[in-house]
Amino acid sequence: MARLRSYLPHLVLAAGAFVMLLPFYWMFLTSIRSPAEIFDISLWPIPKDFSAGENFERAARQVPMARFMLNGAFVCFGILAVQVLTAVPAAYALAKLKFPGRKLLLTLVIAALCVPMQALALPLFVGLAKLELLNTYFAMMAPFFLSVFAIFLFHQSFRSYPDEIIEAARMDGFSEMEICWGLVLRGSLPSLAAFSVFSLVAHWNDLYWPMIVVTDINLAPPPLGMLFFADVESGANYGALMAGAALITAPMLVCFLLARRHFIAGITMTGVK
Amino acid sequence: MTRNSLEIKGIGKRFGAEDVLKGIDLAVRPGEFLSLVGMSGCGKSTLLRIIAGLERPDRGRVLIADNDVTEMDPSDRNLAMVFQSYALYPHMTVRENIATPLRMRNLSLAGRMPLIGRMTAPAATLQEIDVRVGEAAETLQIAHLLDRKPAQLSGGQRQRVALARALVRSPAAFLMDEPLSNLDAKLRAHMRDELANLHRRLGATFIYVTHDQVEAMTMSNRIALMSEGRIEQLGTPSDLYQRPASLTVARFIGSPAINLIPVEIAENGSVSAYGKVLNIGASGSRAGQVATLGVRAEDLVPAATGLKVRIERIEMHGADRFVHTSLLDDSSHRITLRLGASDPLPAGDDGVFAVTVKADRAHLFGVDGQRLAGLSHRELVA
Repeated sequence: MARLRSYLPHLVLAAGAFVMLLPFYWMFLTSIRSPAEIFDISLWPIPKDFSAGENFERAARQVPMARFMLNGAFVCFGILAVQVLTAVPAAYALAKLKFPGRKLLLTLVIAALCVPMQALALPLFVGLAKLELLNTYFAMMAPFFLSVFAIFLFHQSFRSYPDEIIEAARMDGFSEMEICWGLVLRGSLPSLAAFSVFSLVAHWNDLYWPMIVVTDINLAPPPLGMLFFADVESGANYGALMAGAALITAPMLVCFLLARRHFIAGITMTGVK
Repeated sequence: MTRNSLEIKGIGKRFGAEDVLKGIDLAVRPGEFLSLVGMSGCGKSTLLRIIAGLERPDRGRVLIADNDVTEMDPSDRNLAMVFQSYALYPHMTVRENIATPLRMRNLSLAGRMPLIGRMTAPAATLQEIDVRVGEAAETLQIAHLLDRKPAQLSGGQRQRVALARALVRSPAAFLMDEPLSNLDAKLRAHMRDELANLHRRLGATFIYVTHDQVEAMTMSNRIALMSEGRIEQLGTPSDLYQRPASLTVARFIGSPAINLIPVEIAENGSVSAYGKVLNIGASGSRAGQVATLGVRAEDLVPAATGLKVRIERIEMHGADRFVHTSLLDDSSHRITLRLGASDPLPAGDDGVFAVTVKADRAHLFGVDGQRLAGLSHRELVA
């Protein structure tokens, strides 16, 4: 009985992991199968007719996959850089400086967390259209430059930084910016890692916004590119499609695995999620 | 040497509805070790933070070496502070921690950058910083720890690093905010000794905040005892011990705590407790006045007649023993005597004996808690 009880949590977690991982496994399986086997429901990992080479070659050749990946990387890191540059000082001010209206501002930040992207899509689209900025990298990045989620996450983490160290730094002559970037952010590197993963994954995978502001295939990030790819192929070659999907998922998996430890420390530390 | 190293004029501070400091005036002499003591919440830490510039006063001025610094940033005041939690920079080694106050003052922004700094900073300045860090580490005997990170140090070692970081440059004054309160009792006694030595060796002005009267008594030249946002008494440790200006001071200073006995003053100046006339007299006409008599444990003498007490417990302290007794007339009222270890116990089998008061060492406080003047010895007629 006691034995069962000690295994039970693992069983439940394993079942959860199975549900989460199955689509990825299916994607990988389809990407190495030949068209004849695509609709086979067997989960056996070795296909009768191994066509990984053919599928991946096709995914890479048919559409400019490298170009999509570069677009995605440029957009994601551009967004992340501006998000960190703006959110870190804002979170520092909200967490550690005393000024009138601080509580109100913090409340507004939390309230802004509740506004979905879709609600803002139309005005943003119209604005970008008027400025003739549609079909630019800027249009894909601009709406995400200010991240209230980042402000909130960093605020939670900065709050626990000891006040006395900040005061010691002020007496030693550090400027507020030096304290913010050199001391406080340095003490919250796990949060920075966690936020980076959140942000990179979200924007790498984002299809909604690029689809609205970009029609030029040369600017498309991977998910939008995949959509063009599916159109080109009229959705017929699932093997090649899944090979493409596997290619664009891989960087995110690597990114998460590298930052895994910091990522978990970052979210447990800040009490988010 | 008459010039003040630091002066505070009429400092007031409110936090919301609470009046934390109610007009503090204080002049600190050069080279003095001045302690600010008091219960938690008396405003001593706030006062120190105002001196440091970490908090802005609502009114009043702070002067350092006769310059008004009230509006200055903390870093421009040329003060060094040691914090209760030591506040070492966690990502820097001990060497970098100690060097930081000098680097911030003597190097440009570019010179402080990690890589560019090594190339752009003037070599002479860097070398001087190294020498000063070495000296400070030598003074506090932490030269062997210079390459460690704060997380790898014990509490006592961190304390030394914090002190070294403060004394690496020559500030106008050292501010210390309960620096020993995170150490264990034995280490605290040792560091007290070292701090006093350090003060003597440097000859610098120390302003030291503590809630521990022992720290204040053992290290200070002068003590400012604070209570409810005011300075209750400012004086040497023996002033505060031997002539407390008020009940608050008398209660706070001394261990064991001072004995307080409710008394009444008769028209002829005789002082009586629980209806018994004591061997002291009060001058001046205060007939019928109620007051509190304060007597230290060592100023109560067993005698043939006087206040009757019963022994409750005897505490041995080596050379001394504390005899805890209760008043025969009010058994809830405790009285403590300090007797030598070999002094005979005056009590009989029932544990009851009488005590008299050394009149020149006793203190009378009025109902307002302030000291009443004029106590004299009176022969008791048995």
